[in-house]
Amino acid sequence: MSVASPAVGKDSSKGVAWRSLLGRYGTLVALAVLLLVNILITPNFLQWQTLFVNISQVATIAIVAVGMTLVIATGGIDLSVGAVMALAGALAPLIFGSAFGLANPVIGLMLAIALPLVAAMACGLFNGIMISVLRVQPIIATLILFISGRGIAQVLTNGNLQTFSNPAFSYLGTGRVFGLPFQGWLAVAIAAVAFWLVTRTIHGRHLLAVGGNERAAELSGVPVRRVKISVYIICAFLSGIAGLVVVAINSASDAARNGNLMELDAIAAAVVGGALLQGGRAPVFGALLGAVIIQLVKYTLLANGIEDEVALIAKAGIIVAAVALQQGRRE
Amino acid sequence: MRGIAKSFAGAVALDGASLTVGPGEVHGLIGQNGAGKSTLIKILTGVYMRDAGEVNFAGRPLRVASPREAQAAGISTIYQELTLVPLRSVTENVILGYEPRTRLGLINWRAAHAKTRRILTDFGIDVDVHAPLGEYSTAIQQLVAIARAVSLEAQLVIMDEPTSSLDEREVAVLFSVVNRLRAAGTSVLYVSHFLDELFTVCDRVTIMRDGATIADHAIGDTDKTSLIAEMLGRDVSEIQAAGMTELGGGSNTAGELVFEAKGVATNRRLRSLDLAVCSGEIVGLGGLLGSGRTEAARAIFGADSLSAGTLEFAGNSAPPTTPAAAIASGIGFLTEDRKAEGIIPDMSVRENLTLALLPALTRHGRIDRARERELVEQFIKSLGIKLNDMDQPIRELSGGNQQKVLLARWLAIHPKLLILDEPTRGVDVGAKFEIQAIIREHVEEGVGVLLISSEFEELVEGADHIVVMQDGVSVSRMSNPGITEEALISAIARAPGADVQQGVS
Repeated sequence: MSVASPAVGKDSSKGVAWRSLLGRYGTLVALAVLLLVNILITPNFLQWQTLFVNISQVATIAIVAVGMTLVIATGGIDLSVGAVMALAGALAPLIFGSAFGLANPVIGLMLAIALPLVAAMACGLFNGIMISVLRVQPIIATLILFISGRGIAQVLTNGNLQTFSNPAFSYLGTGRVFGLPFQGWLAVAIAAVAFWLVTRTIHGRHLLAVGGNERAAELSGVPVRRVKISVYIICAFLSGIAGLVVVAINSASDAARNGNLMELDAIAAAVVGGALLQGGRAPVFGALLGAVIIQLVKYTLLANGIEDEVALIAKAGIIVAAVALQQGRRE
Repeated sequence: MRGIAKSFAGAVALDGASLTVGPGEVHGLIGQNGAGKSTLIKILTGVYMRDAGEVNFAGRPLRVASPREAQAAGISTIYQELTLVPLRSVTENVILGYEPRTRLGLINWRAAHAKTRRILTDFGIDVDVHAPLGEYSTAIQQLVAIARAVSLEAQLVIMDEPTSSLDEREVAVLFSVVNRLRAAGTSVLYVSHFLDELFTVCDRVTIMRDGATIADHAIGDTDKTSLIAEMLGRDVSEIQAAGMTELGGGSNTAGELVFEAKGVATNRRLRSLDLAVCSGEIVGLGGLLGSGRTEAARAIFGADSLSAGTLEFAGNSAPPTTPAAAIASGIGFLTEDRKAEGIIPDMSVRENLTLALLPALTRHGRIDRARERELVEQFIKSLGIKLNDMDQPIRELSGGNQQKVLLARWLAIHPKLLILDEPTRGVDVGAKFEIQAIIREHVEEGVGVLLISSEFEELVEGADHIVVMQDGVSVSRMSNPGITEEALISAIARAPGADVQQGVS
């Protein structure tokens, strides 16, 4: 009995190690598998063009997912990201296309970027106050703008598709830096700043503490309200940037479609990246990886002629798998 | 249970543990945190599988793979952490999983309510069984949990720290239940940090240390000091020389006034608090559960806003309105509920320790990580915190070590006033002495301490002054030397308002 038992112990610890490895590197493994499958079955996968398309599409998901990761780290959720994208995206052409904007192209362009972002941050402030001061549950509080934000955007544009031609603005979505899409670099830079924020600053420590145990954090002097309001502002700000990028890519603003279902992609990317929905963890680069995986799954199905509807089901499958892995990791 | 061994990922939790409980026997199980009591129990109840050893139950080998199987075999358990559903009714909690059925297979609610009422009446608990459990106090919830376990008609009932959130009257109720179980031939395994309780209810006691069983006595053959000696692995004489607490009240020389509360009230059960703490002294706050001690601490710390009265701090008379402001003006508050209001379980020991100090470690929003590590290193050493790595999550530490980390969180801010709410609750005797010695050391260096404790011994021997609270009012103040446990108890129990004039100083 006593001879046999150490072997049992060893076996089970090996099993645990294997699981925790899968938990830690599962995202990378999934990415590798996806790439391999694509190389094997998707026509023309190893082309620069494929890379460009994927980077320019994944960037917006990644940018929003970083913001979402910070919100989730405090134990919250933000459903309004897609609507905020639509709002910011609708405002920009209105500003650089206005009489003032056309008369002063440089100032007009700057305002066309700055003002929508300010509007986005105002949305974040609204969410943050609803949640931390009025103590409305995040899912309900952000549902308000989820519904009304897109409505406001459509009212602003009279519900029409607005096309424009403004090469300087379009650089946000079509420019190249070192041969790769500008927004790809932007997403990486944003993730790097967010990573620095989380790991090196007091603000980052505070937001993890709030997500980890709000009451304990408060009694240790963490300004819980301020921390919560700030993450919703950051998340809305990043959504605003994503909204501008989408409009720049299309050279058109479509308030009905800009950022549609983005909240689900962003939450999925954050969860696949390792964020815990109960808070306390902010794997920023994980969110980036998560966004890439979601994008690649979409692309794989699309490039192989499978309908969008099926892609949605596949996305759900990924989330389930990610959550299952997380459960394993928590033990 | 004999020769039980169990390791977790290479760390040995149990090696050579044994336990024998006779029929109808109340058996105490004691040991420091980390001695392996919980692991042993979890093996017995099927939560963990053992690596080696054998378990016999009622004369037959027992091999259970889940708590449910253990329950079916006649072993039921009341865990330290409550495992109930607060939003469901009392009845649902008691019968959960064992609902009486009607012929159609539906739950027979009439029978269920009646059964629950009968069980609870046996316990002397009078509650509305239809009401959500969460509406009742923790103590009632604890008794309901016990009632549930007993109602499963087990042959062995395991109680893990059953009295830690009960008041005296409820403890008496619990003891009568234990006695009734014994009379009915049910065995009880009783795990507790309160040694006095063992002498009241237990027949035998098993002592564990470092994952092994050290001794097994009939309770009449031993005394408190020898039990402590066996738990700690020290000599009896050594313990006697050290005394029962390390706080050393009455011997401190008080410095200047740190803070004073006059007629302080809040909307949370605090009606009128008069209290002063000087530097270099320990002021105890005594009173029953719910007398407003914790509420007093929250008011001083700025966690609850004042509805009346004034708080004055040395040099700065504006009372803090938030915990952050309180910390900035040099107040620390070690909370009573370590899990809910103390640790951030998934954060590392390092991050937990520096949480309150963080603003001082930060320049332009950036944390000075080198200084942070250095500081944490110092505290781990000086407080003797046992861990593998300062970056390991705090939840992996034993209760006593978690408590030391939280104490370090407050010592790190160099407090002028340190509020300690039950600083040694739920930690083992060894850690208790160490924590008391640390507090003592800082009091000698001039920290003013406000000590809330339900252990009379800790207050009587530890505090320089004791302020007694009743119903949210500070009713009397006593000074050491000269306080006796009897005097404190009578001050706590005296009818409120009987002699207010003499009392308030």
